[in-house]
Amino acid sequence: MESRSTDANVSVFRSLDWVTIFLYLLLVSAGAVSIYAASYDFDNASMFDFSEFSGKQFLWIGLSLIIGCIILLLDYRIYEAYAYPIYAIVILILIATIFLAPDIKGSRSWLVFGPVSLQPAEFGKFATALALAKLFDSYNFSLNAKISNYFRALIIIFLPICLILLQRETGSALVYISLIFVLYREGMSGLVLFSVLCAIVYFVVAVKFVEPLILGVPAGEFSVFIIIMFIYSAMLVFYCRDFIISRNVIIGFVGSGVIVTVLHFCGVDVNGTVYFLSILGLAIAYTLLAMFHHKIQKFLITVSFALISVSFLFSVNYVFGNVLEPHQQLRIKVALGIEEDLRGAGYNVNQSKIAIGSGGVAGKGFLNGTQTKLKYVPEQHTDFIFCTIGEEEGFIGSTAVLVLFLALILRLIHLAERQRTPFGRVYGYCVVACLIFHLCINVGMVIGLCPVIGIPLPFFSYGGSALWGFTIFLFILLRIDASRKERRD
Amino acid sequence: MSKDYKLAKRRYVIAGFICVIVAIYIFRLFSLQVGDTKYKENAESNAFLRRVIYPARGLVFDREGRLVVFNQPAYDVMLIPKDVGNFDTLALCKVLSITKEQLLEKWAEMKNPRKNPGYSAYTPQKLISHLSAEDYGRLQEKLYLFPGFFIQTRTVRQYNYVAGANILGNIREVSATDVERDRYYRSGDYTGDLGVEKSYETHLRGVKGVEILMKDAYGRIKGKYENGVHDVAPISGRNLTLSIDMELQEYGERLMANKIGAIVAIEPATGEILALVTAPNYDPALLVGKERGKNYAALVNDPQKPLYDRALQGAYPPGSTFKPTQGLIFLQQGVITTSTQYPCYHGYINKIRVGCHGHGSPIALKPALATSCNAYFCWGFKNMIDKRGTKAFDQFEIWKNYLVQMGYGYKLGVDLPFESRGFIPNSEFYSKSFRGANWSANSIISVAIGQGEVLATPLQIANLCATIANRGHYFTPHVVKSIADTVIDAKYKEKHTPDIKREYYENIAEGMRMAVLGGTCRTAALPGIEVCGKTGTAQNPHGKDHSAFMGFAPYHDPKIAIAVYVENAGFGATFGVPIGSLMMEKYLTGDISPARKGIEERMLNSNTIIYSGVKKH
Repeated sequence: MESRSTDANVSVFRSLDWVTIFLYLLLVSAGAVSIYAASYDFDNASMFDFSEFSGKQFLWIGLSLIIGCIILLLDYRIYEAYAYPIYAIVILILIATIFLAPDIKGSRSWLVFGPVSLQPAEFGKFATALALAKLFDSYNFSLNAKISNYFRALIIIFLPICLILLQRETGSALVYISLIFVLYREGMSGLVLFSVLCAIVYFVVAVKFVEPLILGVPAGEFSVFIIIMFIYSAMLVFYCRDFIISRNVIIGFVGSGVIVTVLHFCGVDVNGTVYFLSILGLAIAYTLLAMFHHKIQKFLITVSFALISVSFLFSVNYVFGNVLEPHQQLRIKVALGIEEDLRGAGYNVNQSKIAIGSGGVAGKGFLNGTQTKLKYVPEQHTDFIFCTIGEEEGFIGSTAVLVLFLALILRLIHLAERQRTPFGRVYGYCVVACLIFHLCINVGMVIGLCPVIGIPLPFFSYGGSALWGFTIFLFILLRIDASRKERRD
Repeated sequence: MSKDYKLAKRRYVIAGFICVIVAIYIFRLFSLQVGDTKYKENAESNAFLRRVIYPARGLVFDREGRLVVFNQPAYDVMLIPKDVGNFDTLALCKVLSITKEQLLEKWAEMKNPRKNPGYSAYTPQKLISHLSAEDYGRLQEKLYLFPGFFIQTRTVRQYNYVAGANILGNIREVSATDVERDRYYRSGDYTGDLGVEKSYETHLRGVKGVEILMKDAYGRIKGKYENGVHDVAPISGRNLTLSIDMELQEYGERLMANKIGAIVAIEPATGEILALVTAPNYDPALLVGKERGKNYAALVNDPQKPLYDRALQGAYPPGSTFKPTQGLIFLQQGVITTSTQYPCYHGYINKIRVGCHGHGSPIALKPALATSCNAYFCWGFKNMIDKRGTKAFDQFEIWKNYLVQMGYGYKLGVDLPFESRGFIPNSEFYSKSFRGANWSANSIISVAIGQGEVLATPLQIANLCATIANRGHYFTPHVVKSIADTVIDAKYKEKHTPDIKREYYENIAEGMRMAVLGGTCRTAALPGIEVCGKTGTAQNPHGKDHSAFMGFAPYHDPKIAIAVYVENAGFGATFGVPIGSLMMEKYLTGDISPARKGIEERMLNSNTIIYSGVKKH
């Protein structure tokens, strides 16, 4: 028994994915150095002083390596067998947190144990991923077989979201939404993702470009109409694959567009909204009439896509202007670059852009950043850690970090795909989805492309909870991956 | 299996998605860090410290070229907390001649985020402000003992006269709103508050310069960048020459001591204000230096409101000083001629009664002015408003328009802040206040004698007097005669002529001359100078009547037009006339004749505040 387990452990370390481990160690050490730089005080030169952020972070890193080793030494079956119990325990902790946690800056998400504070939301990720993987691993489970399967998956995802929202930690709650990616991989229709993408594009374009007016229509809305016509034609060609209908529709679109343009330049007043609505209406009516003999479902989807798009477009302005609170509008406007509110919502973003922008190609050099050193950027060792990299290591350094993350994510996709069981695959994709979300939102907000949502940059931002959370998350995947050859029974 | 294979292809969608996002982010980083020069400039501004050099604020002179306001250096003890090493606290206390407790208190105040929101260990912080010259000298000598400390030189205003605070104004630190309104200001700058310091701020402040210093990553200054070739020298503020005669101003303030009210003296030929006295006043030096905040609060809370410039802001019933305007309007409208006579049996008696005092009856315009007959102007007003074949509504509009032309009812546009517009009602106003019922001259008769709804500022009264002195035109009153290197606003050179013939003004002037020779203003008679005047006694709801006077001299070539308004001081002749005549005499002859020393003595020493009902704490 003793020797067998030793063999198993040896084989674990032999079949471990050392590429991932290498990338992980690279990111974590780069993170530690960045925190040292971000919290560097001119008086204080010791990197390992445990009273400083960087010193503490080294402690967290050391502990997370130990946690990683323990995870690798445990039997992989434990994770599968105890997936639901682990999930249940974490859910209970999340509930307890709502009541036990002290109020820190309006959120109740930190459990305090003497000198140590932990954020349970960070540990919810791997537990939720385990539960989701376990669900997909159940016998003969297929997402599209029954609608109730969607519900079961969504309940697993949304339960922690609700609990974390109750802790008023919106950023961390939003992370779980990224698990929708996993559902996509497991068979959810691509149209859902496509629609979400379209909705985001419509929203951004329609809200951002209010001026100038083209044919009496704001430029943004005008562009969205053109995009809808384009997607509609493309769907007819590539999705419905009916070349006669699509040819006629495209001729109609282009022809009427030319006529309207000519009329406009001849001085005839054309109302853009009327034109777009009537030409789209005509195209839809024509499609409905012509489609009756074949492939009805795909045509219906295409037509309803166009209808939903147009109604979405009209509701965007209403929702933006009448439903959203002014401070929410402001945050969105700042993120879209419509407004510069340098004192309020835009302050962090503006300062972080200055810090990053001042880095130039090669950066100012390690510990020579002034914007971050002189405390212009708030939260610079936590959520805005990417600033320090941008300022001190420049375009080269920050690009390198992004590429490092990309490499890790692509490697993890590869790992997930090579799993033999849905359990391993789904779990792997959960890791991938969370990493993608954290990376996109965190870096996006620092460089001013996304609204400010306070979530950390994995492996970089200061804090034990986030680091341990991601380490556990990642190392369980590594452990499952290492066992793929053992799983012969 | 084929389905699984198909789904497996979705890995490329997910991988593609993250690749695209990362590509977009790299592109964005490229545009931020390599493409956009805006952030490059910021990169430079990090290595270079652009230190502002403050220009000297413009000086202020009076019309005789006497220096009134000037600058004096003030010294602040500054330090950069990060650079402050261990120093001998007691030695510093000794140099600054303060106790250790005081030093520690200042230190705590500097670090208190509530009192000093901009505190940072890396940037210069102010420890002690307004160091005396001796302390400055001692500290400068020993400064090497205290690393991280330095002295910042600033200028504060200094005043040669204890007068004219309402005209001169003062300077204060800019507020957050100022910074928002005007991009020139940075937090900690100074800006003008009240008076010409406020209204001529852009001329006085000059243009800030900048010196470019290099600093290392520690924020420490390493010297001038390229020996200062890129520095921009500051441009000093422009000097102002006031039209005020500071000696006359000072004399006026002495005459108004222990009284509430105002004096406005104007040079008729130019519209230049010679003196603009408001009482009670305050020493302008109170609002300079360390004690500014405390003193300012005390002035704001003073129940006599010394910060309130009664000469421009006080809207008073003009009383009988309003009668000349009525004479002018009636003459121009053809309601009366100089020979028209109206009866006065101790008042205007026509269904209603407006009282008057004893004089002959019937009476013509000039003697009516000289004796200040109420009935005469009530009859004139009645005949104008209730003219047969016209509507009172239209006639009153005509009446109002003449007054507006004469400078009443709207701001005159003096070059000082917070001028009041006074009040001249229009027909609409009465239609509303009588709720649509018909109204006639009798309903509103009191406006004919400057009571009732009409309100005027002492400045407007003085302006009327200047117009009469000029026999029919005026220039917008102003306190700044000239600005160094530039010209004053063209509107102060523009002649305003109401639509009233010059000869009618001549008639009014004659009436005002008669008032001094044998009417209500006999005290105003000066030896060798032909003075014209008009008294005013304004009833008011606040107690004893206000005493008013307007006058000009000399009769044929007026050099000064004056309005005096003393609150709750009784008849125009008791305070308004003597004060006005003393001001004119002082300005025209430079002194007070021995025969009138008694009047001067009485005015300097009398107190009318006791009648105002305002108690001083």
